[in-house]
Formats: sequence, C-alpha cells, structure tokens
Amino acid sequence: MAAPERTTAPPNGRLAFGLVTLAVVLAVVSVVSIAVGARSVGLGVVLDVVGGNGSGSSDHQVVAARLPRLFAGLLVGAGLGLAGAVMQGVTRNPLADPGLFGVNAGAAFAVVAAISWFGVDEPLRYVWFAFAGAAVVGAAVYAVGSMGGGGATPVKITLAGAAVNAVLLSVTTAVLLTDSATFNQHRFWTVGSIAGRRGDLVAQLAPFLLAGVVLALVAGRLLNVLALGDDVARGLGQRVGSARALAGAATILLCGAATAIAGPISFVGLLVPHVARRITGPDQRWILPYSMLLAPVLLLGSDVLGRVVAPPGEIQVGVVLAFVGAPFLMVLLRNRKLREL
Amino acid sequence: MALEVVVRTRRAGRARASAVCLTLAVLCFAVLCVSLALGDVTIPVFDVVATLFGGGDAGAGYIVTELRLPRGLVAVLAGAAFGLSGAIFQSLTRNSLASPDIIGITAGASAAAVVALLVFNVRGAGVSLAALAGALGSAAVIYAVAWRGGVSGYRFVLSGVAMAAMLTSVVSYCLTRVEVHLARDALAWLTGSLNAKSWDTATTLGIGVAILAPAALVAGRWLTALQVGDDLARVQGVHVERARLGLLAVAVALAAVATAAVGPVAFVAFVAGPIARRLAGGGGPGLVPAALVGALVMTAADVVGQHAIAGTQFPVGVVTAIIGGPYLLWLLVITNRVGRGD
Repeated sequence: MAAPERTTAPPNGRLAFGLVTLAVVLAVVSVVSIAVGARSVGLGVVLDVVGGNGSGSSDHQVVAARLPRLFAGLLVGAGLGLAGAVMQGVTRNPLADPGLFGVNAGAAFAVVAAISWFGVDEPLRYVWFAFAGAAVVGAAVYAVGSMGGGGATPVKITLAGAAVNAVLLSVTTAVLLTDSATFNQHRFWTVGSIAGRRGDLVAQLAPFLLAGVVLALVAGRLLNVLALGDDVARGLGQRVGSARALAGAATILLCGAATAIAGPISFVGLLVPHVARRITGPDQRWILPYSMLLAPVLLLGSDVLGRVVAPPGEIQVGVVLAFVGAPFLMVLLRNRKLREL
Repeated sequence: MALEVVVRTRRAGRARASAVCLTLAVLCFAVLCVSLALGDVTIPVFDVVATLFGGGDAGAGYIVTELRLPRGLVAVLAGAAFGLSGAIFQSLTRNSLASPDIIGITAGASAAAVVALLVFNVRGAGVSLAALAGALGSAAVIYAVAWRGGVSGYRFVLSGVAMAAMLTSVVSYCLTRVEVHLARDALAWLTGSLNAKSWDTATTLGIGVAILAPAALVAGRWLTALQVGDDLARVQGVHVERARLGLLAVAVALAAVATAAVGPVAFVAFVAGPIARRLAGGGGPGLVPAALVGALVMTAADVVGQHAIAGTQFPVGVVTAIIGGPYLLWLLVITNRVGRGD
C-alpha cells in the first residue's frame, strides 16, 4: 500500500537541502553515464576532462564523444520532467504525461512529415514543425478529453491521447511503407534514444528548452493558485486563461524540443512529478525544480541501464523507460483514487 | 395503454434492427461479389454470382473460387470478428474508445508476431500462432493487473493503455535490431494485409469464427444486463464477474483469431460498433449489426486498396487507417460531447 499523500510540506530549509543533494546525485549519475559504455573509462579521466585538462589520449576522446549524449540526456530529461509536472498541475490530472497525452507523438509525426514530405532536415527548421505538432495535438487531445459531463477526467483524456497516438502511428506506418529510406531513419528515431545525437543539434535546440524551463519555473506560483480551482483562483485575482496559456507555452517548448532531440519518450513526465510530490508535498514551487532534477537522473540512469543489460548492443532509453513506466502506471491505477489530486 | 406503447416501440425497434441487418448483409454480399469480379481478368458480376451458386463456366469458376474467394472470405470473416470483438469491448467498458486496437490486445499480437518474425525467424503459420498467443497473453496480464476484487471498466482500459505503450516499444526496439529489408517485412505485417490468403487461412479463420461468434451472441445477453449497471445486473440474477470474464474472453479470442489471420488491421474493431449502433438504433449492444459492419468495412476497404488507384495496390490496413483515423477523431468529439466517455 502506498504511503499517504503528504498534505503538509516539510520546512523550506529541508527542501532546499534536498534539492542540493539531488543536484549532487545528478552530477554523480552524469559522470557515471560518461564512464560506462562499450568501452569503460576511469572516473579520474572523466573528471580530468571536465576539469579542462583534456589531452589527446584515446580515453579523452571517448569522453569527448560521449559528452553530447550526456547533454542530450540532461536537457531532454529536464524538459520532459518539467513538462509532466506542469501538465499534471494545470490539468489537475494525475495521469498527465506528454507521452500518454499524445503531445510527443504529435511532435514526432510533425518531424517525420517535415523530413519525408517537405525535405526539411535542418534541426533548427524542423523544430518548428515539432512545436506545431505538439501544440496542435496537445490542444486537440485536451479539448476532446474535456468535453461532455464531468470535465477533463483522467480516463477521458488518457483514452483520447491513446486514440490519437494510434491514429498517428498507423498513418505514419502507412507513409513509411512506401518510403524505404525514410523508414530506415525513422525506425531508429521513433524508439526514443539519446545515442548518437550530434553536439550541434543539441546545442541548437538547447535555447528552446532553456526558455521552456524558465517559463515553467515561473509558472509554479500560478499553478499553486490554479490548484484551488478556477473559481477560487479568479476570486484571488488570478487570470486563469493567461496562466493556462503560459503553462501551455512552456509545455509545448519543452516537449517539442525534447522530442526533436530524442524522439518520442513516454512516462518520464508521468513518473517523476509523482515522486517529487511525495517528497515535497503539494507546493508547485518545489515540485517543479525537484522534477527538473529528478527526471534527468531517471533518464540518464535508464540510459546507462540500457547500455549495460544487453552487451554488446544497447537498449534505447525509450524502451527502458517504457518498461519502468508502464508498471508504474499500473501500480498508480491500483493505489490511488484517480479523481483526486 | 402504457404497456401497448412500450410493446409497439419495441416491435418497431426490432423491425428496424432486422431491416438494417438485412440491408447490411445484402451490401456485404454485393461488395464481396464486386471484389471477386475485379482483378487482372475482370469477370462479369452475374457470372460471379452464378459461380457462387454452383453454375457458371469452368474457367471463371477456377478464378473465382480458387484464386479470389479465399481472400474475400478472409476479409468477411476477419472483419466480422473484429467488429464483434470491438462492440463487446465497447459495451462492456461503456466507452467507445475502448476497442482492442487501443487497449493493448492487438499490441500484444503485434509484439509477439514481430518477435517471432525478427528474433526467431518464424514464417507463415507460426507468425499467426505467435500473434494469437500474444493477444491472449497480453489480455490475461491486463486482466490480472486490473483485478482488485473485481475489474472496473476504467482500470482495465487504462492498464491496457499502459500495456500497449510497453508492447509498442518492444516492436520499435525489434525493428531497430535487424536489416532494413527484414524490418520492412515486419512493417508490412504490422499494417495488416489480405495478400496471398489461401483456403488454409480461410478455413482456420472460419472454424475460429464459427465457434466464437455463436458464443459471443449467447454471451450478448449478459452484455445487455451489464449495461444497466452491476447492481441492477445482479438483481436480474447475473453473476457479474463471471459474465464479464466470459465476455472478455470471447472478445479477446475473436480479436486474436482475426489478428492472427490478417495482422492488426487498424480501426475495424473500433468503427464497427458505433456505426452499427447508429444504424440500428436502440440501446442494446447490437452485436449482429456490428459484425456485419465490420465485414463490410473490411471488404470495401480491400476493394478500394486493390483497385482505386490503377497500378498501385495498398494493403487493407492502410485504407482502414486513412478512413478510420479521421472517423476516430470525429467520434471522440461526439462521444464526449454527449457525455458517454465516462
């Protein structure tokens, strides 16, 4: 049985200390993720390179080659974790996740369409397709899921997201059947991975993710007010519409850019905010930064796991996360009253 | 007086349902005949009908019964099985979105088939067996996971969504591990196709449907009782959990048999129930019309995929996806607007 949800927050000092601890954990996981792989490198060498003492030895080159993957993992993880936390906060829906709600699939489909139909293969250009896809599909799923009696219940939105996912998947499959070259690229991308991502791609998309992070962190206070319900929020002088728009913009930036780098990855955004909430209690101003640091720990950890379990090959991080996340969702369904949050 | 009105309304409803079923059956037969008539050699539709009833000349007879009829029959049977399965799932969970495509049943079949194809290099009937086992296995896991002193509709559906996400990632992973031409073979299976269906497939599928369809229609009685709610169903003397398990088993088996034969053809299970309900009216689950709509959609989609664009042939799954996708989105809007989406 799950521990009861925290209703009172721990004191701020302890939460701040926890955040610092989490940052240290993240740093350790980062170093491990560079050191572990088909060719393992000593921790000392990693620290040497990070400290700027990079010489020309082959170990140093291995480290340099793995850095883009680390940065991709950090950015994608932070982006998806924050996006999930913002979505769960703004929809007051414990099952909100950029993957389950079809947002990542929308971005992914738009990128495939851009590459296959419009010949756009510059990341800086197709990221706009990713944003558009994320925005359109996210908005459509939410709009459809919130129609009818009872508003946007978790069940309705999740099913709407799954249905939209199914549509996008089968249309993409239909496109790929006739286009062997695109299929060959697509199959490595759609599985969700941070391996082999070029450093300049990550660098080009980083500003979008950072903008999303800033917006999301700013939105924390607004999410706290929204959590009281629309009527109370209005009574407190909050403009509900603009708060939602801010949160929506943050989500689209984060999911669109993260998907453009790594492909569609599910369950990070679902899992991490629940863990964060367990630690921090209900205050969004703490949930968001905790999610931002916890998510890359999960993502990089899963990535390392995927590299270790099946040598000499590796299992992509998207697959590892599905196998971690789906059972988590099933447990969540058993242990919680879903309509409460 | 009031009783008379009720009786009259019921009779009118039943008459309408019968008329709809008859029309659907005739349409289905007509499309089947068209599909048998078209091809490299076009045979007049009257000759096709004559051949089917034992007449006609020998050359046309060979083309129709040996070359084209298996494909047509597989389309009809698989479509009917998908339609029945979808309608049962949708009524059971009281949610139009809960078709086997979306809640992990066909994903189980796909994952098992892709593993069989790519990891174990199985071909032919072995792939169908794997798909069958995959669908049944994933359904059993979903049921076990969702069980908590009984299975509620939403917990079953959402556990299925989680399962589907996991199994889809298995498929993606397998597709990255092999040469591109093998991956393309698997992709073709994943789309669902009626190409190269022989009498073997038609017979196997026919036996499966012949056993399962009557079972589904018998179990349909419980469906009507369950639709009004668990408590009222208990009052009527229905053992709720047992009835639900029985219905789920039949629905899963139908989806599994059909997927094993033709692959996971998208959205046939999904669209058949709602279309049938809208046509036949009434509050009941309408299993017979759903089966007929499924058969009709499948046959018609195959005719379109084979002959709509001269020189290019699409697998049936591409056509159903292109038609079914937008319909699904539209249905989502309608379903939730009238507040039936749970």
